[in-house]
Formats: sequence, structure tokens, C-alpha cells
Amino acid sequence: MTSEVARHLLFQSHMPTKTTCPSSQVSDDEQKQKRENTRSLTMSGHVGFESLPDQLVNRSIQQGFCFNILCVGETGIGKSTLIDTLFNTNFADHESSHFFPHVRLKAQTYELHESNVRLKLTIVNTVGFGDQINKEESYQPVVDYIDAQFEAYLQEELKIKRSLFNYHDSRIHVCLYFISPTGHSLKTLDLLTMKSLDSKVNIIPVIAKADIISKAELQKFKIKLMSELVSSGVQIYQFPTDDETIAKINASMNGHLPFAVVGSMDEVKIGNKMVKARQYPWGVVQVENENHSDFVKLREMLICTNMEDLREQTHTRHYELYRRCKLEEMGFTDVGPENKPLSLQETYEAKRHEFYGERQRKEEEMKQMFVQRVKEKEAILKEAERELQAKFEHLKRVHQEERMKLEEKRRLLEEEIIAFSKKKATSEIYQNQSYMASGSNLKKDKDRKK
Amino acid sequence: MDPLRQSPSPCSSRPSSPKTPPCEIHGYVGIEDVLDQLKIKAMKMGFEFNIMVVGQSGLGKSTMVSTLFKSKVWKCTPPGLGMPIPQTLQLKSVTHVVEEKGVKLKLTVTDTPGFGDQINNDKCWDPILGYINEQYERYLQEEILITRQRHIPDTRVHCCVYFVPPTGHCLRPLDIELLQRLCRTVNVVPVIARADSLTLEEREAFRRRIQHNLRTHCIEVYPQKCFDEDINDRILNSKIRDRIPFAVVGSDQEYLVNGRCVLGRKTKWGIIEVENMAHCEFLLLRDLLIRSHLQDLKDITHNVHYENYRVCRLNESHVLPRGPCWVNLAPTPPGPPVAPGPSKVCRQAREDSDDEEDDY
Repeated sequence: MTSEVARHLLFQSHMPTKTTCPSSQVSDDEQKQKRENTRSLTMSGHVGFESLPDQLVNRSIQQGFCFNILCVGETGIGKSTLIDTLFNTNFADHESSHFFPHVRLKAQTYELHESNVRLKLTIVNTVGFGDQINKEESYQPVVDYIDAQFEAYLQEELKIKRSLFNYHDSRIHVCLYFISPTGHSLKTLDLLTMKSLDSKVNIIPVIAKADIISKAELQKFKIKLMSELVSSGVQIYQFPTDDETIAKINASMNGHLPFAVVGSMDEVKIGNKMVKARQYPWGVVQVENENHSDFVKLREMLICTNMEDLREQTHTRHYELYRRCKLEEMGFTDVGPENKPLSLQETYEAKRHEFYGERQRKEEEMKQMFVQRVKEKEAILKEAERELQAKFEHLKRVHQEERMKLEEKRRLLEEEIIAFSKKKATSEIYQNQSYMASGSNLKKDKDRKK
Repeated sequence: MDPLRQSPSPCSSRPSSPKTPPCEIHGYVGIEDVLDQLKIKAMKMGFEFNIMVVGQSGLGKSTMVSTLFKSKVWKCTPPGLGMPIPQTLQLKSVTHVVEEKGVKLKLTVTDTPGFGDQINNDKCWDPILGYINEQYERYLQEEILITRQRHIPDTRVHCCVYFVPPTGHCLRPLDIELLQRLCRTVNVVPVIARADSLTLEEREAFRRRIQHNLRTHCIEVYPQKCFDEDINDRILNSKIRDRIPFAVVGSDQEYLVNGRCVLGRKTKWGIIEVENMAHCEFLLLRDLLIRSHLQDLKDITHNVHYENYRVCRLNESHVLPRGPCWVNLAPTPPGPPVAPGPSKVCRQAREDSDDEEDDY
């Protein structure tokens, strides 16, 4: 409550205005008056605002249109060919390999012009869908891609300084799901994929390479497919029937789903015209012949009649759902406790304070832990130092003792040496004396002998 | 506020996106049918237009609105006629649904009786700006809800027609103050009211002086030069800019002139025909507002003025006095936790600068 009042006050003080009391009362009154006064007014002449739709159209022509198609289907089922045929161009896409380990999505953007309309067309293809041996992870990349586009738009919308009118809208407007023409029923992978996509994107299922199936089988196949889809609860896109001008055709087309299509850019001469067709030894399948394929119906519905509705559904239904889920996930609600309306800002600020408090607490904790660790380490180091000191003392003492012992030994040895050298000296003297005595004796003996 | 107004053109014909190769279409695809789809949807949903008339009493605002939409817009007598001058400025709004050839338009007209009528007119523009901002606020609140409505009701003022009294001299201080403030928040189209009191030469001279005044005070009225996208727009809009402000006369009474029934004012010296280009420029105003530039007015309001308001509003928490546990709105960069130190420093700096300002 206080924050609401605070917010109101700050609006008043920071906008360069101050709503005076009487006029705010009046504005409440005029609100009521507005509601009562919304009545029809008859004009007495021509004013000229029937040009309004034209003004709107002119602006759209200037801005250009954006349309994004996602093609989901196995490799080689004819996705690129069908897109080429739909838009009557060659988008220069080469065949993709069957050996990719994961499903990837490849997006390419083209600019198309027809009379004065510029269309920015983005084709997103699933590369490697259904090729893996283990297909459990096949549909997740597709879901992730769609969510990523919604996320990008949401981020742009939530920015403070945003430029939505300049934004290149990459959200997927329609998903063409290509069903294999087995003639039996939907594959499990198809069911799983469609189930995970139906709340995120408008799905239009098509039966690809429909020239394989005969007419009788086709009818049965279609009925089987639709009943399977209905019983599994998959919500495919229904062409809108609320506007009288297109309600009838849309309703009848709804009954023809899924469209059995054949795509080809090759031309074959039929009669005296060149038509797009596939030539077989047993006949020619004409792409634009309503008896041969539902291609024209698909083109009608997808482009000529419902392109704008597809875009609108994507924005108002799928994107809003994503946005709501995302914001609720983050913890924002419209209604706070006691059922009072909460604003996004308040919730955001409350959360921010909460997080900040949490962070402060964590900081404190970490600081405490750090101090604790430091103390412990210090204690250990001190202990080690003491030990070292003790060892050192001990060693020193031992060393001293050894030294003294050695000194003692040395002294003894020196004394011995002195004693010995004395003895040696005396014995030498004695020896000399005796030698001299013996020498003279010898000489006397020698003399005597002579 | 001015740097914010250098936003790119609202209806840029070249959206910023990766360079895309143009492809040739070899036959019929049917893309142009999307224009019809657009029209059907728009007609079903209907259009909305909110216009505000501002000016002193007695300048013929209410009559002008009735003339523009060729009907009695005000249920009772137009406010201001025969009633005592209100003490404060009161805004009166009325909403009508008009239909012409299948096109439904929800028209809201806001009148401002009592504007500039007091002795002291200081800050008399506050209620007007407050009302305009309140409409932006309402739209913003709707837009940031979790569960949004499919179509947010648009009550924002798309165009403000300002009535300049026909003094013949130049813009008065009150006019200049108000126009300066208004032009930053809403599209303003100034007109010379009661132009039948000026001769043609006087009108031209008055017009040139007003244009000069507007240029001197940097007041950008609609159509703003900075939002012209391509050469065609610029040529068209410069023609209009040359004639702004239009000299208009309003009337809701019909008289017989040369066998035709025309709207006009009967005087002793003749009948002034409202829809005659030789007499006054009402047709130009009507064409600008309704026939050619209505969508453009709405676009500029939505893409420029509303976005400016939104930016200011969302940035407001920066300017608030910070409590002890306040955090910067901008996301903190990853790394060591930023202690309240830096923001305190910022607050210090701001307080210092405030002190400095006080000194001066």
C-alpha cells in the first residue's frame, strides 16, 4: 500500500506537472461521463474518414510485411520443393544429407515483391528430422527454436529503450507439418511432435507427395488422420469463420484438412499451356489442378486469405501465452496478497530487495568463513613453527655434546702424541748414544783387526 | 527530453535485419491479397482517435470540433457559452462512435474550458500535461500486465489542436510556454482561430511571424521534420509545414449561397464560407487531421511520444533518493559483489552538484 502511494507521489513530483485536486476529481467524473457518453453520432455530411483503412494499408506497404514459415518433416519428403512451388521461386536450396546426428533448424530469409507489396519471408527447415535411429530428442530442437524466437521478442519488449517498430519479427507464424503418405495413420513421432507444438504455433498438417495415394485411399487416410489428431487432443489451426466475407470458404476448407499436396517446379506442356507438373510414364500429375492435388487450396488459405490472421493469432494467442508463462515463472503476478492489484514494478522491486538481502547474507557468510580459515591456518603454522624450533634446539644440543666429546678425544690424542714424541725423542737420543758407542767399538774392532 | 526525441522514424520502411537476397517470383502467388485481409480486419476492429483542443475561451474551439465532424459533438451547449468562467482549468472529455461507409471510428474529444482565462495563468498547462501523461500511464499499466487484453484501449491523445488568438502580431508568452511544453509530449497542430477577423494579407504576415516565432523557440509542431522518411513524405509535409498554422473559421450553421447549402457565418457584409479555400483554410485542417494524416498521428504518438514517456517512467527509480538497501536498476556486471560503495559515491556526487546548484 505504501509503495503504491509512493509510486503515485513520485509520478506527480517527477513529471513536470502537478495534477491539482479539482481536476483529478473531474477526471474521475469525466471517466464516468465517458462511459455514459459513448454513443453513436450521426453526421450531417461527408467527413472523409473512410480513407482510414487506406491510410493503414499505405503505412503497412511502406513498412513491408514479415512472414515466417516453419516446415517440419522428414528429410526428402518435399518441404523445399513445396515452398518453392508455393512462392513460385527457386530458393536455391540443395538436398540435405540423411546422416546428421541431431535435428538442426536452418532458417533463411528472402525478400519477395509482388506488385507493390514487399514480403520478408523466412523459411525455417528442420534438417535431419526423423533420420536418427533414436528419435527421442527429435522434436526438442524445434520447440526450443520456437521458444527462442518468442524469448527474443519478449526481451525486446521488456527493454527500457526499445524499438519495436524496427524489430525484425522472427516469431514463427505457421508450421507446415509434413505427413508421410503411408496411407495408414500418423507415426508416433508425428503425434508427439505435433502435441508438443500445438500450444506454441499454428499447425497446418499437409500430406506430402500425395501423388502416391489414390483418390479412394486418400479420403480414408484423411479421415483417419483427423480422427487421430482429435482423439490425441492435438489442436491444429482452424481457419477463422467469424468474418462473413470469408467464413464460408474457410469453413469448407476446414473440412479438407489435411491438404494433400504435390510440389514441383518443373513445367510440362498440357494442351497448349506450360503448367507445373510431375511427369510419370502413366500420366502427368498437375500441381495446380484441383482434382490432382490440394495445392491451390493450400496456397489460397495460407497466403491469400489467412496470412494476416495467422500473424495475429501468433501475436495475440501464442506469444501472449508464452509471455504470461515466462513472467509467472519469474514470480510476477498481477494480483498480490489480499487480492490487491500488484504492479510489475512493485513485484520486481520486492524481488530485487529480497535478492539483495540474500546476497548480503551470503557475503557475510563468506567473510566469516574466510576469517575462520585464516585463523585455522595461522594456528597450524604456529604449531609447525614451534615444532621446528624445538627440533632445532634439540639438534643444537646434540651437536654441542658431540663436539665436546670430540674435543675431549682430541685432547687425549694430543697428549698421547706429545707423550709419544717425547718417548721417541728419548729413545732416539739413547739410540744415538748407543750407536756412537757401538760405532767406536766397531772402529776399535776394525783397527784391531787391521 | 530533447536527446530522446532523436528516435528513428516510426514507420521505417527498411527494418533493421540481416541483408536478404531479393527473389524473383515467376508467376502468381497472391501475396498482395494480404492488403485486403488487413483492411477487413481493421474495419472489423474499428479505429480510435483522440483529439484535444486547447485555447482561450471564445476562440471557437467547440464550434470547430462540431464543424470538423459535422455533428453536434457536445450534448449540451458547448462549455464556456453563457456560463461563468470556471476558477480552475477543467478538462472535459466526450466520446462518440461515428460510422462512415462501414468504417467505425471511436472519437474522443477533450476540451479545455478555462485555459488562460485567469488573471494569473502561471502553470495553467499543468492540468493539460497531467491529463496527457495520465493517458500514457494508463496505457503503460495495461501493457505491463501479465494477462493482457487482446486490444488495449487507446485513450492517449493523438493530436492537440492549439488555437492562437488572431491578434495579428505574434505569439504571446503564454502561447510560447505552452507550445514548448506540449510539443515534447504530444503532436501539436496550431491554428489561427477566428480568422475571419484578419484580411488575407494580415493572415499571411501573421503566419510568417508565427512560423518565425516557432523556429526561434525551437518548437516542433506536427508534421515534425525529423520524422519524414522518404522524399515523397518530405515534399508533402513541407507543403503542409509552409501553411501551418492554418487560418480557420468554424461554423455549424448552414446558409444558402448561390443555390448551394454551405456551412458558414453570416455577417452584414457577406457570408464566410467555411469550406471555401478562398475564405479560410478549414479544408486543409480537416484533410490533415482526418483524410491523410490520421494514421500517421497515431503512429507518432505510439512510437515516439509514448516510448519517450515509457523510458522516463521506467528510469525513474534512478532519480529517487536511495534508501540503505536500494540497488541500481541496471544489471550488475558479473564479478565480485559490488558493495554499496559506488552508489553511495554517486549519491554523494549528485548531492554535491545539487549543493553547487543551490549556491549559484
